[in-house]
Amino acid sequence: MKGSVIKYERDNIDTDVILPGPYLKIHDYNELAKHAMEGLDINFHSKVKEGDFIVAGRNFGCGSSREHAPIALAYSGIKAVLALSFARIFYRNAVDGAFLLPIEIDENAYKEISEGDVLEIETSKNEIKNLTKDTIYKMKPFPELIGKIIAAGGLFNYKP
Amino acid sequence: MTMNITEKILARASGKTRVSPGDVVFVSVDKVMLHDVSGPGVIAVFEKLRKQGMKIEKLWDPSKVWVAEDHFVPSADQVSAQNIVMLSNFTKQFGIERHFKYGMGQYGICHTLSHEEAMVLPGEMYVGGDSHTNTTGALGAFACGLGHTDVAYVLLYGKIWFRVPETIYFKLNGKLPSHVMAKDFILKIIGDIGTDGAAYKAMQFGGTGISEMSVEERLTLTNMTTEAGAKNGIIEPDQKIRDYLALRGATKYNEMHGDRDAQFEKTYEYEASELEPIVAKPYSPENIAVARDLSSIVLDKAYIGSCTGAKFEDLQAVARILKGRKVKVRTEILPAAISIFRKALDDGLVKIFMDAGVMIGPPTCGACCGAHMGVLAKDEVCISTTNRNFPGRMGHVESKTYLASPLVVAASAVTGKITDPRDLK
Repeated sequence: MKGSVIKYERDNIDTDVILPGPYLKIHDYNELAKHAMEGLDINFHSKVKEGDFIVAGRNFGCGSSREHAPIALAYSGIKAVLALSFARIFYRNAVDGAFLLPIEIDENAYKEISEGDVLEIETSKNEIKNLTKDTIYKMKPFPELIGKIIAAGGLFNYKP
Repeated sequence: MTMNITEKILARASGKTRVSPGDVVFVSVDKVMLHDVSGPGVIAVFEKLRKQGMKIEKLWDPSKVWVAEDHFVPSADQVSAQNIVMLSNFTKQFGIERHFKYGMGQYGICHTLSHEEAMVLPGEMYVGGDSHTNTTGALGAFACGLGHTDVAYVLLYGKIWFRVPETIYFKLNGKLPSHVMAKDFILKIIGDIGTDGAAYKAMQFGGTGISEMSVEERLTLTNMTTEAGAKNGIIEPDQKIRDYLALRGATKYNEMHGDRDAQFEKTYEYEASELEPIVAKPYSPENIAVARDLSSIVLDKAYIGSCTGAKFEDLQAVARILKGRKVKVRTEILPAAISIFRKALDDGLVKIFMDAGVMIGPPTCGACCGAHMGVLAKDEVCISTTNRNFPGRMGHVESKTYLASPLVVAASAVTGKITDPRDLK
């Protein structure tokens, strides 16, 4: 999986800025994508490309249970969010709905990765290659069940 | 090895004799809740599954499913109106009988109905399509919020996975002073541990201060465990819970209790007498300050509403302040359920509010999530009994929301500035 980085150097990026409350009534996934990150970055929709990654700080996706949040990001083209940590409902929504990969990175990777860097993620090796900076970072391995649900393509395809 | 109440419920629901933090279990769900946002969300998931070739003709057990209309009611616009129609068709199609419809007797915010209508009982495994599902843990249930895909999975199979959380125990010693409410205590806790201070964990409350506390005040504590990132908030059920539920016709359930020497990952201890009115400043519930230190903040609006701050006792607290006084800023009171509105009317609270110049509205999540019915303009400053103050939460992204107790919000409505109720003349 290869893509370029949109970086938000901040903690606690909450679901109210990822997909603001007034749009909760919308359930057309492509329509939701038009409002992704609207509370934080009004230019997100115009700059995001298919296959991009978001890099952010601690507690990404805190706040509400709205599945609209990972949906809006995924239908904008985001394939993975790389963050220092994730809030629990965002994390399980991303995985169980097979919308995008929530990848935990360490402080070093968070500091080094810049806006526009091209990354190649190999989850089988728990590795993130920064092709722009010619560096390799380790990602935190997925817990066993999470790995299995991701491999199955979401909770409905996973057979316990 | 001992187990605490969260572990006991997860063990029972997963058919195991014991579980430990870190274990991953599939649990059988006792109750599941949907509302007018998560309901259409689930319908969209069902549509997606049907396109992938799945046949969906019936639910696992419609008698365990209940539905509320709360976020965009009274219908904010045509899209919201259509969602309500869609939700009604859904409950009819799948034979879900407990659907609280607005304009047809009792209705209100889902988390408020969960206790007002005794929809969830002690010892139960309860999940809902809303993050503040945690609220109901004050009754002694495992209560946890999930997204649409997970709720759709529960509706079809009656099961869902959980990682057994570590539990953080918050012990409150002594009775809260009369000017301090549960809201001040939970804001203090969130300020101390941060918005991810309990991420993926259980928050349990206990001690003499909790025994002394009313059921509705306890619900404020568990409600805002969500703002500390917790998986669930929980309190061991006692006689107050039994009496509260008996008044609502519920007497048969299997209470669960933790072992006497149950283990917690960490314990925090607070002295009730040392607590004081607390306010969370924009733009995070962890950004707390003592109310008295914010007395220069000038307000445009005071809001009393939501699952967090519009229960009957919240309205009683507001009435204590507003009786014989006038509000100086735009003030809106929206009781969290029709039953609460009715009690407020019968007890004379509505007259007190109207004499004070307040606008009273129907139950809705509307303004709390910035959706409709009282959203904030750019640069407007609001003090609110609700639960979140992220950028744009209650309206324009450059509006500001201060979170506080019903007493502080009412006192501030009277002066037009953030006010400690003790300082009101």
